Amino acid sequence: MKVMTMVQALNNALDLQLAVDPTVLVYGEDVGVEGGVFRVSEGLQKKHGSDRVFDSPLAESAIVGTAVGMCCAGLRPVVEIQFDGFAYPAFNQIVSHVARMHNRTRGRYNMAMVIRFPYSGGIKALEHHSESNESFFAHIPGIRVVIPSTPHDAKGLLIAAIRSDDPVIFMEPKRIYRAIKQEVSEESFSIPLDRAKVISAGDHLTLVTYGSNVREAQKAMVMAKEKGISVELIDLRTISPVDRDTVAESIKKTGRMLAVTEGPGNSSVASELMAVAVEEAFLHLEAPPTRLSGFDTVIPLPRGEHFYIHSPERIFYEIQKLATF
Amino acid sequence: MFTEESLLRGDMIQVMDESGQVVHPEWQPEIPAEKLAEALKSMLYVRTADAMAISYQRQGRMYTYPPNLGQEAIGVAAGLHMRQEDWLVPAFREMGAWLLKGATMKDIFLYWGGHEDGSRFPGAANMLPSAVPIASQLPHAVGIGYALKLQKKAGIVFVYFGDGATSEGDFHEALNFAGVWKVPVVFICQNNQYAISVPLRLQTAARSLAIKALAYGIPGVRVDGNDFLALWKVFSEADTLVRGESGPILIEAVTFRRGAHTTSDDPTLYRTLEEEKTWEARDPIKRLRQYLLTKGLWNEAEEAPLIEQYKAEIDTHFLASETYPPYPLEDVFKYQFRDMPLHLKRQQAEYEKFLAWKGVHK
Repeated sequence: MKVMTMVQALNNALDLQLAVDPTVLVYGEDVGVEGGVFRVSEGLQKKHGSDRVFDSPLAESAIVGTAVGMCCAGLRPVVEIQFDGFAYPAFNQIVSHVARMHNRTRGRYNMAMVIRFPYSGGIKALEHHSESNESFFAHIPGIRVVIPSTPHDAKGLLIAAIRSDDPVIFMEPKRIYRAIKQEVSEESFSIPLDRAKVISAGDHLTLVTYGSNVREAQKAMVMAKEKGISVELIDLRTISPVDRDTVAESIKKTGRMLAVTEGPGNSSVASELMAVAVEEAFLHLEAPPTRLSGFDTVIPLPRGEHFYIHSPERIFYEIQKLATF
Repeated sequence: MFTEESLLRGDMIQVMDESGQVVHPEWQPEIPAEKLAEALKSMLYVRTADAMAISYQRQGRMYTYPPNLGQEAIGVAAGLHMRQEDWLVPAFREMGAWLLKGATMKDIFLYWGGHEDGSRFPGAANMLPSAVPIASQLPHAVGIGYALKLQKKAGIVFVYFGDGATSEGDFHEALNFAGVWKVPVVFICQNNQYAISVPLRLQTAARSLAIKALAYGIPGVRVDGNDFLALWKVFSEADTLVRGESGPILIEAVTFRRGAHTTSDDPTLYRTLEEEKTWEARDPIKRLRQYLLTKGLWNEAEEAPLIEQYKAEIDTHFLASETYPPYPLEDVFKYQFRDMPLHLKRQQAEYEKFLAWKGVHK
């Protein structure tokens, strides 16, 4: 075991997979010499060579498009898009090819790629650098979308994503890249790509969240506990496909659900969680399922960002409203 | 100057050498003395403001900022050609052009200080906000050019981008449209050698960036981006051609980003001190100053007080951005649409309820 940040855990996962599988390669903008703007691939070029870990020209569509070709020809590329807000030029490739090749060719070609990028706000970054745009990707059939919330999960999920024959969009909550340190095994291990995790058991309500909001939710739970409200916290980990069973089982027990997400709520992962509550646990509900999502606005620049990012107080406010409904 | 032969040869238009001596008199432009002094003053203003921006960021009074150091001449040379009716479509590292178009340091500090109001530019006619996503602004410039042409309006478009942007699809699509539509657009590529850490040789296998103009059937030119006189020559000719309805032009200004990509970047990871020294010797301000001194058009003794005056002015702008009124909640919602729809009014009201609760429970 070794104490790691999420950045170190992700680096370790890439390192291990590059070492054991010669078909794995890592590329994107600034990932080689610099090791990525957040240093997730730091040292990997030196260790695994510039044929397998390298800087690409600055073009997200071609980064993902070339990965499609590589997958057809037997490689397992792990590509990096530098920021959430820079993923859009690659959208055509993702929707029209990455997500469809396996189905179109009736299983002949696997799209065994991972598309990694940092997402979410809260670090007072530049415009287009703070977006929680996971719901766009969750809406695409044929792609798994994974978002870890701890260093341990980041490592196990990334290893599983690289080993997966399905395409995985792997979104990394940048504001906890270095904020959490945790003991992580140095051995290789994987975490299933379709299982939510019950972080802590509780009786009064089910709080479902993922990524950067898990930590804020945990703080809100402490506030709730002081008021005698016992919260069951679920970290979704994979937002597409959603682990309906784990979520529904919890709601059946508590009778109440609060979904906490950062991006705009309109047609979102939060909407999907509401559907899960209604479709799978309707007769057990003691209060309307509730969601706390981002406003249906662009995330404000840093001076207005605090309105948009959920504070523990904001989450607690929703918890106590729901608990006393 | 904008010939295919020149592009194929890989010519770089240069008038002055590193010491400010005229080495290519055949390209030396005729510039009124007061314009030359104005240019140097503008470049000094940009350099002063740029250094202060980095300092404010380091003091924790501003957020991430992309320095201009070493590239001042390119923004200023084009900026001095821009007319009221012209359009500026910026990237984010051409402060001189922003200022000469009518943006103020207060606007600039407000934007990099994390406020959308910094993208309003109340004093600048026909200017778009910065474009952070890389190359996505180029098609906008082409669209503006088409609109000007269709409506028979005066004015041309100046659009900025970097070497990294030439790898994006939007660059190629925009140049292609511009060539087909024959729009009045001056494409200004600041080739500063690095896209964050990625050097030009990993960005393109082409012998220059300007040569890409050939494939789109438009004129192109490569110019020393640290040589103000050469830039002036190129922009003057481009100005005449584009205003004369001959269609778009691609200008590759060869320069070097002497600072970091942004204040979050560490250039020691990817480039050498030697490389930095080489480019420091080609500094655009040093060269123009030397040229003016030789011509007797600059009084070096006046420079220090001038910089002091600029510092005071710039600090006033910064303080205005720093003490700007607090961000109202309503501003998160009210500009999403022309009139705020009901669902946003409700979301704002819901948040206000939370704030009221928080006020009671704190």
